[in-house]
Amino acid sequence: MEEKKGLLSIFTNGIIKENPTFRLLLGMCPSLAVTTMAKNGLGMGAAATFVLVGSNLVISLIRKIVPDKVRIPVFITVIAGFTTIVQLLLAGFLPELNKQLGIYIPLIVVNCIIFARAEMFAQKNGPVAAVIDGLGMGAGFTLAITLIGSVREILGAGTWMGIPVTAKLFDPAVLFILPPGGFLVMGFLIAAFNKLADRKKSETETQEETGCAAGCPGCSKAMHGGEA
Amino acid sequence: MEKRLIVSSSPHIRSNITTWGIMLDVIIALIPATGAAVWFFGLRAAALIAITVISSVFFEYIMRKILKRSNTIGDLSAVVTGLLLALNLPPTLPVWMAIVGASFAIVVVKQLFGGIGQNFVNPALAARAMLIVSYGSRMTSWSEPLSDIVSSATPLEILKNGGEMPGLLDMLLGKIGGSLGEVSAIALLIGGAYLFIRQVISWHIPVVFCGTVFILAFVLNPDGFDILYPLYHILSGGLLIGAIFMATDYTTSPMTRKGQIIYAVGCGLLTVVFRLYTNMPEGVSYAILLMNVAVPLIDRYTKPKVYGGGTNV
Repeated sequence: MEEKKGLLSIFTNGIIKENPTFRLLLGMCPSLAVTTMAKNGLGMGAAATFVLVGSNLVISLIRKIVPDKVRIPVFITVIAGFTTIVQLLLAGFLPELNKQLGIYIPLIVVNCIIFARAEMFAQKNGPVAAVIDGLGMGAGFTLAITLIGSVREILGAGTWMGIPVTAKLFDPAVLFILPPGGFLVMGFLIAAFNKLADRKKSETETQEETGCAAGCPGCSKAMHGGEA
Repeated sequence: MEKRLIVSSSPHIRSNITTWGIMLDVIIALIPATGAAVWFFGLRAAALIAITVISSVFFEYIMRKILKRSNTIGDLSAVVTGLLLALNLPPTLPVWMAIVGASFAIVVVKQLFGGIGQNFVNPALAARAMLIVSYGSRMTSWSEPLSDIVSSATPLEILKNGGEMPGLLDMLLGKIGGSLGEVSAIALLIGGAYLFIRQVISWHIPVVFCGTVFILAFVLNPDGFDILYPLYHILSGGLLIGAIFMATDYTTSPMTRKGQIIYAVGCGLLTVVFRLYTNMPEGVSYAILLMNVAVPLIDRYTKPKVYGGGTNV
């Protein structure tokens, strides 16, 4: 686990194979709510990555002394600590972004990506692997919501990162900055991402584990693989 | 696909009514309204209608190809969707926006949910709602009928914001501002009568829908007692085209008579609420879309009892 190749695959795992937004469908709330602009997606992703790496590290370090029964409250305390740090930093240095992201920064405490990684990974692995996993998952989340934000901003406002890009070629469709547009873009991107990821997989692996035997991701694979 | 034994549920007796035949009847019923649109708004309207219909069929064809499904453009349902969408657009809309609308109706609302019979809301109405949300000002810039003057208010806008209402005869014939197909009440009524005679639709949904709007508009009239006020509500806006052609869509309306009446009352109630108590002048399309979503629930609670069978679930 601690060898170099293993670490690299832990990192890339979070970006492609188990991308939290597109493959695991975790953290849907911020992915839909703050992605009206690419910049917001990037900011939210960075904040979540910071908390993810920090909490993964601490939880991995204390994993042997925390009794199983109280692990959830302990995780929440750790995550809340890092979230508080992020919020104070944002309020101090990037007040505008802090205002844009609003309630979604404190809500990182209950972000299910961070919980899922604490429970599924940090609890069972060493600190180095846990940090790499946090970085990978954070990068995957950041890439995903920045992508959603980019599509929505370009189609809905004609700008990217605040810079006009469509040069008045078409009137931006306001729908895409509104909630229904968020769901639409998310749906299309999930479909595209799964199509690409599955194609890559079918080239390398012949048999894919689905259903309950494959754990949580297996279920979604079984659901998507069947009819779609 | 290999041949296998297909055990299908009832009904086993088939009539010779086909999707193609029903859709053809709907298209025939829409001819008067389409004609009125071209008469009042000129060749531009004709071009807009033609392009919307052609692009709808095109998107249907492409999507079925991409999804590797049997092609369904032959059943004319895409033509009906395109035509209904076009009749719900203002005459001044840029052509590319109409194409965007057609792609939304066919690709997102219809084909991604499985094609004809599987869509959970009316595709043409959903596309109209999408266009209104996206391009609000373009979708509400009307033009004077029989001239090129832009920005004449629709009767509903006049009703809401004050001003001189057009005469009832003009409203009946369609010499008013509005979307292409909604202006001429008489043309829509002729189409509705044709559908009724051909038994494509029953009277329940359109009559109950319009009746609810009439009664509620009469009772809730903010200016007191006036029999003309509810009449204006019936004849203006998208009520008639909505009640006759959109709300009666088989896929998105309840199956039983009782369910259809509940659905139509809901449509009428929501229409009046949107028209009188929100900042939008028109609410027929949103009312129908909302009731479309409620149809599975209505169907569930109006399920007929099995003959001689046990208790209702």
